[in-house]
Amino acid sequence: MEIKQAVMVGTLESSDIQISISPNPNKGLEIQLQSVVNAQFGDSIIATITEVLESFGIKDAVVNAADRGALDWIIRARTQAACCRATETKFDWEGEN
Amino acid sequence: MINAVGRELPEKIGDYIVKPYAGPQEAIEAEQPVCSRRKPSKRAAGNKLMPDLKAAIEACGLKDGMTISFHHSFREGDKIIGQVLTAIKELGIKNLRFAPSAVVNIKNPSIVDFVKDGTIDRIQASGIRGELGDAVVDGLDLSEPVILRPHGARPHAIETGALSIDVAFIGASASDDFGNCTGQTGPNACGSLGYSFIDAVSAENVVVITDNIVPYPCVPISISQMYVDYVVKVDEIGDPVKIGAGAARMTKNPRDILIAQRTADVIAASRLFKDGYSFQTGAGAISIACTNFLAEHTEKAGIQASYALGGMTANIVEMHNKGLVRTLLCSQSFDAVAAKAMADDPNIVEIDNSMYANMFNKSCSLDKLNFGVLGALEIDVDFNINILTGSSGEMMSGLGGGPDVADGADISIVTIPIIRGRIPSVVEKVFTCCTPGSSVAVVVTEAGIALNPKHKNYEMIKEDLEQAGIKTVPIEHLLKTAYSLTGVPKPVETTDKITCIVEYRDGTVIDVIRQIKRD
Repeated sequence: MEIKQAVMVGTLESSDIQISISPNPNKGLEIQLQSVVNAQFGDSIIATITEVLESFGIKDAVVNAADRGALDWIIRARTQAACCRATETKFDWEGEN
Repeated sequence: MINAVGRELPEKIGDYIVKPYAGPQEAIEAEQPVCSRRKPSKRAAGNKLMPDLKAAIEACGLKDGMTISFHHSFREGDKIIGQVLTAIKELGIKNLRFAPSAVVNIKNPSIVDFVKDGTIDRIQASGIRGELGDAVVDGLDLSEPVILRPHGARPHAIETGALSIDVAFIGASASDDFGNCTGQTGPNACGSLGYSFIDAVSAENVVVITDNIVPYPCVPISISQMYVDYVVKVDEIGDPVKIGAGAARMTKNPRDILIAQRTADVIAASRLFKDGYSFQTGAGAISIACTNFLAEHTEKAGIQASYALGGMTANIVEMHNKGLVRTLLCSQSFDAVAAKAMADDPNIVEIDNSMYANMFNKSCSLDKLNFGVLGALEIDVDFNINILTGSSGEMMSGLGGGPDVADGADISIVTIPIIRGRIPSVVEKVFTCCTPGSSVAVVVTEAGIALNPKHKNYEMIKEDLEQAGIKTVPIEHLLKTAYSLTGVPKPVETTDKITCIVEYRDGTVIDVIRQIKRD
């Protein structure tokens, strides 16, 4: 799916993550992560973000993530919201398990 | 070799010969008398008061390579350490061993800079919180690893000669010109000077530093003129706001309140909770809240505690004023109320930190303690506690009296949330073992209460909690719950370089801290 607009979701509050997505035509996925728990969970955070992007069929995007120790569900939800807005997709939040 | 808590240790670290922690045991009595560097000597009347720090340092004969000590009762408001180290540096004296009771986070000037310029090349303390600690675990260039000792082990190390002090610099908020001094009065009162009593009687030279010279004799006499070589008046010994603000307010964090309440409930359910019981709660947010709940239980039961021990807070003083605890034994005063309370009330007593926690005394106050409430950064499934290093290996805190209290109390209770942010605090194996699990009786968290089946009083505690209808869970359940929220963290990677040696209260090595590997 194509990135139609650059977006930013989330906050820099403790236990939250801020995700920015912008277009990156034909250049693949570029994910930059800054995290207070990078040593322990950096790989896991990148894996979660990648998984969500792939589930939206996003193949080209620049993603900047500033993590303040968010739990995995929050990372997932923030990334989903960012993908929806960036691709202008309506998401069935209640239907997702 | 591997010690009794499963930690891999070398036999020697530089010149330091490692005595591995061998498990809970009775204190091994030494053959030799206690060591002291104090000499029978006379200081002529009128010659004790020195014009400035440099004059006092020179009069003590401080030379390259010697050992200097301080107390940390001024906490982050301390202005003495910076002034003394600056004077030493300006005199060109190098390679000192810096041995305060603890290093709190003091900046301007930073201790790290005194290491980098060669003034200090070795450090021993109960903790090296802040900038210094972070620099040390990142491999700061010292000529030997930092030795970290709990409060009870420092006086023991001094008395065995392992830590031999050339010059003790003792900050006091009031002193007379002969060196009778106290922390209880004056504009920068810090309360108990309990940490420095051992320095006063053991160091070769003792310098009292104050900003408040009072007419002879200064009372109360916390430290006597008998031990003091020189007195120096400086403009300011501390920042009263940072020494100890007013009474800490009750936390509003519902998780902390829940843990505090459960902890007080565990205490109240015990058969040891009866007239004459004793406790130590401490000064963290959960501890302060726990003291308030404990006061309620004590009032409701119509009983009085015999003593509260260790670091004092305003709400423990309030318990005393309400008649809920008869005596306060203060080795440290955490706030302005506690600092000033001793001067007016004979049942609020300044005590020597060694009397509080040193297991090699004929006895110490902890030997009689019923309930000890402890904080921790991490606890593992063997109940081992980490109170030093954070999840990335950074230096977060000091040992304090934690290992002493856990061992001394009949019932030691660790209060800890199972996660902080995304970091689990209940883990498979703590990064740094500071307190052996065998001395930990109960863990109280927001996700449940766990009892240590290997603790000496397990059967008694279990029976009492069942009687009171308080449910418990296995510690593995707490670990599982924590990991289900956070995921399993990747372990911290270290190099082979040992940056800190962690001693236990009996003087053995319980763990070492290795340098953190950075990408």
